[in-house]
Amino acid sequence: MCAVRGLTKTYPAVRGRRGVPATPEVRATDDVSLDIRRGEIFGLLGPNGAGKSTLVRQLTGLMRPDGGSVQILGHDIVRHPERAARILAYLGQESSALDELTVSLAAETTGRLRGLEVRRARAERDAVLEELGLTPIASRPIKKLSGGQRRLACFAAVLVGERPLLVLDEPTTGMDPVARRAVWAAVDRRRAELGTTVLLVTHNVIEAETVLDRVAVLDRGRVIACDTPSGLKEKVAGEVRVDLVWRETAPLNVPEVAALRDRAAESGRRWTLRLAPEEARAVVATVTGGAAFAALDDFTLATPSLEDVYLALGGAARQGLVRA
Amino acid sequence: MSVVPADVLPGGALAVEEQGAVGAAELAPKARLWPSLVAVYRAQLSRARVARIPLLFVATFQSIGIMILMRGVVDGGGEARAVVAGSAVLVVAFVALNLLAQYFGQLRASGGLDHYATLPVPPAAVVLGAAGAYASFTVPGTVVTAVTGCLLFGLPMTHLWVLVAVIPLAGAALAGLGAALGLLAPRPEFATLLGQLGMSAALLLGVLPAERMPEVVRLARDLLPSTYGVEAFARSFGDRPDWAFVLGDLAVCAVVGVISLAVATWAYRRAAVR
Ligand SMILES: Nc1ncnc2c1ncn2[C@@H]1O[C@H](COP(=O)(O)OP(=O)(O)OP(=O)(O)O)[C@@H](O)[C@H]1O
Ligand SMILES: [Mg+2]
Repeated sequence: MCAVRGLTKTYPAVRGRRGVPATPEVRATDDVSLDIRRGEIFGLLGPNGAGKSTLVRQLTGLMRPDGGSVQILGHDIVRHPERAARILAYLGQESSALDELTVSLAAETTGRLRGLEVRRARAERDAVLEELGLTPIASRPIKKLSGGQRRLACFAAVLVGERPLLVLDEPTTGMDPVARRAVWAAVDRRRAELGTTVLLVTHNVIEAETVLDRVAVLDRGRVIACDTPSGLKEKVAGEVRVDLVWRETAPLNVPEVAALRDRAAESGRRWTLRLAPEEARAVVATVTGGAAFAALDDFTLATPSLEDVYLALGGAARQGLVRA
Repeated sequence: MSVVPADVLPGGALAVEEQGAVGAAELAPKARLWPSLVAVYRAQLSRARVARIPLLFVATFQSIGIMILMRGVVDGGGEARAVVAGSAVLVVAFVALNLLAQYFGQLRASGGLDHYATLPVPPAAVVLGAAGAYASFTVPGTVVTAVTGCLLFGLPMTHLWVLVAVIPLAGAALAGLGAALGLLAPRPEFATLLGQLGMSAALLLGVLPAERMPEVVRLARDLLPSTYGVEAFARSFGDRPDWAFVLGDLAVCAVVGVISLAVATWAYRRAAVR
C-alpha cells in the first residue's frame, strides 16, 4: 500500500552566527526503500536522531525529499503532496496546534477539517473519546492535561474521520500502561474492522516487539534491517544478554571480573554483556560466588531483544533505545 | 504482534496488495472552504477566549490610558476625533496584527502547521478562520474604547454604528498583515518583533494628530492600512459626516484586507510544505 524507493533528504549546513554555532549538513534519510503492506502495523525503530521523523514527514507530504519516490495506494506523494491529507491521518511528535483547545473541540475540529459534516464529526468525536476513556476530561483544555493525557487526546483527534493509513510518530510517549493499551486496542479494532494500516515510529524496543508486524531498523538515516521482530531476533539467537548491577563499583580486584570489563557496555553501575550461552553460565557462576558476589547488587539473564539486534547490526548509538 | 493476524483482514488484505499504480485508491473528499473556515473560526475563538482575555484588557486599558493622556494635549475638534478613532482602532491593531503575528510565528516554529497541513483543508480556511476569530475578538475592547472616548471628549455617539464596518474591514487588513508577517518571518522572535513594531506604528501614526507631524511621517501614515480605518471612523464623528469619504476609506481597508489575506494564504501554503 505504501512503496518508498531511494528516499533521500539532506538538511543543509547552517553557517554559525554570533552565539549560534554552525551545524554541518545532515543526511537525515539516506537512500531509504520500504514496502508497507495493507493491514500491517509497520514500525520504524531507531535511536534519537536516526531520521525517523524526517522519513515520515516525507511520507506525509510535509517535506519534499531531495530524491526518491513515495507511492501510497497508487498515488505519487512526492509529486502530489496535497493528496497525502486525503489518504492518511498523521500524529506528529509535536502538537502545538491543538494545545489551547479542549479535548472535545480538538477532536471535533480535526474531524471537520478532515471533511466530515458537523453531525458526523460530533458523533465520531463522542465515540472515539469514549473508546479511549477520555470522556471524563473531554471539556478540559489539552494544555492543562498531563503529558500522557495530552498525547492520548491528540491520538483521539487522529482517529476522528476514518483513514486507511495512520502515521503515528511516537504516539505513546509519556503514557501509562492503561493509556497504551487503549491506543493499541483502538488500532487493532480499526485494523480488524477496516483493514487500517499503521506506520509507527518508536524507539521503545518492548513496544516494537509486542505490537509490530514488521519493523525497519533505522540508523543514521539508513535502513539497516527490515523483518518481523522474531525474524530479526533470530539473527542474534546464539547470544544471551547478561546485565550486572554493582553496589558501588565493579570489583576489579577479582580477575574474572576485570577480564570482562573490555566486553561490557557500561552505564553507571550497570554492565551489559552479550555472550554465548556457556560463557554466560560461567559469568553467572563467577559473580554469584566469592568476592564478586559481595559487590553485586542485581543481575539478569535474558534472551536477546531488538536492542541487541540493533547493536549486532552495527547500530552506532550505544544507549539510544529504551526498554520500558 | 497484534491480536489480529494480518491474513484474516477484510478483503484478503495482503493478497490484493501490490497492484501498483494501475488502480490508485479513491481519495477521501477535501474539506470544503466554508464549513472548515467556520470550524477553524470556532476553535480559534475558543482559544482566544481562554488565553487572550487578559491581553484584551491590556489593549483596552492602553487605549483608554492614551486618550486620558491626550486630553491635556489636543484642543477638541478634529484632533479629538482623531485621537478617539485612533485609540479604538489601536485595539484592533493590538490583537489582530500583533497577537496574530505572534500566534502564526510560534505555530510555524513549533511545527504546529503540520497539523493543518496533513488535513485536507483549504489554506484560505485556516488563515481566514484565524484572522476572523482574532478580529471579532477585538469587538468588545474597541466598542468600550470608543464609548469611553466619546464620553471623555464629548463627541456624539450617533454614528458609532460605523464600527460595524470599521472593525471587520480594519480587522481584515490588520489581521492579514499580522498573519503574513507571522508566517513569513524566518524565526518566531522576528514575528513577535514585527507584530510589536506594526502595533507601535499604528499607535504613533494613528493616534497622534497628523497635522503636527513631519512630511515623512505623514507619508508612512498613508501607507499603514489602519490609517484608513481611523480616518473613516474619525469622519463619522463630524456634525455632517461626508459618507462618500467614509466609504472611500473603508474601501481602501477592504482592498488592503483582500490583498494581505491573499498574501497570508500564500505564505501559509509556502510554510506548510518545506
Ligand atoms: N530542521 C532541521 N534542520 C537541520 N537538521 C535537522 C532538522 N531536523 C532534524 N535534523 C537532524 O536530522 C537528523 C534526523 O532527525 P529526526 O528528527 O528525523 O530524528 P528522529 O529519528 O525522529 O529522532 P527522535 O527519536 O529524537 O524523534 C538528526 O541528526 C537531526 O539533528
Ligand atoms: Mg522524531
